[in-house]
Amino acid sequence: MANPIDIAARGTPPTLARKVRGLSDRAIAWIFVAPTIFLLLAINIFPLIWTIRLSFTNYAANKPNAEVKWVGLRNYERILTDEDIWSNMTTTAHFLIWTIFFQVLIGFTLAWLINRKFKGNDILTTLIVLPMMLSPAVVGNFWTFLYQPQIGVVNYIVEFFTGIPAASFSMLGPGGLAPWSIVIVDTWMWTPFVMLICLAGLRSIPDYIYEAAEVDRASKWRQFWTITVPMVLPFLMLAVLFRGIENFKMFDMVNLLTGGGPGSETLLTSIDLKREAFEKWRTGYSSAYAIILFVTVFGLASIYVKALNKVKER
Amino acid sequence: MTGFLTGLLRLKRGPWEMLATILIALGVVMLMQPFFLWAYTWSFLVTLVGTVMFIITSHFPE
Repeated sequence: MANPIDIAARGTPPTLARKVRGLSDRAIAWIFVAPTIFLLLAINIFPLIWTIRLSFTNYAANKPNAEVKWVGLRNYERILTDEDIWSNMTTTAHFLIWTIFFQVLIGFTLAWLINRKFKGNDILTTLIVLPMMLSPAVVGNFWTFLYQPQIGVVNYIVEFFTGIPAASFSMLGPGGLAPWSIVIVDTWMWTPFVMLICLAGLRSIPDYIYEAAEVDRASKWRQFWTITVPMVLPFLMLAVLFRGIENFKMFDMVNLLTGGGPGSETLLTSIDLKREAFEKWRTGYSSAYAIILFVTVFGLASIYVKALNKVKER
Repeated sequence: MTGFLTGLLRLKRGPWEMLATILIALGVVMLMQPFFLWAYTWSFLVTLVGTVMFIITSHFPE
């Protein structure tokens, strides 16, 4: 009986077969890899190099015919001595630190609870995961309504528990609550993501390790600190890496919720960058701004991946 | 400490990566701290040096 591969080979046009047969394995490998490399260069590397080049000029994208002057390091100098941008950096740090802290804390706790076997486990997991399936635009819009001082449910919940009149404060208005409001929304939306990653980590721990610990009469507390935490740590670190990078770039949800306000209380660097680039049309300046953020994220991600590999090697 | 310095002089990956990591972390803290403007001003340079150093030293021998 004829081999199906032979049949397929016989069906190949002789000229093409001859051509392919003449290529080395290395050449064939390059043919397969080349489109990906080309796309990577065109979509990632070229824009990055172009942005670096623009960051040394006074180019404005809304004035394509204007003379483009080489300004050297002036854009970087202006950004790194600007107190407003410095303030935006600290706002971003506040957002980043607290969202990651709450998401890891609540996400891990939920995963730990969900990992136990009980009735309705699957339905509960699905319900918890729902917020992260929503679009950030939808989340931004409906939380704006939830935070409304007159009709929003959040103010009434606060009134119920604390007695502070609902109409006397605004979660998104002046008064220092706005930075915490965006932390709450991001935590609500992305804690399920951290929970899922932690759950994968918890389910990867074989039962026999706990059984061995039981035989050795290790307490539940000791089992948690010497088995659960070390084995889930790589997963947890991965979750922190993903959320850290994502939140450093956070734009859509916060832009819809507060638009950076009141004043500049929630003006994250990505929102400020968008204003500089597409409202003030200072393309060269905003390119320098983008490069500063890129180097920061890249540096952080590098050391984080190194730490992750070390933890995995243990 | 002596081992760390010897490693630096012999271009070993471990100590150099450690130094690069410290520079990156220091740069990020300087960038995002709310206390000193001068630290913010120099933060990018520190992070950039650390990041470039990290990329180069990750190719050093163990």
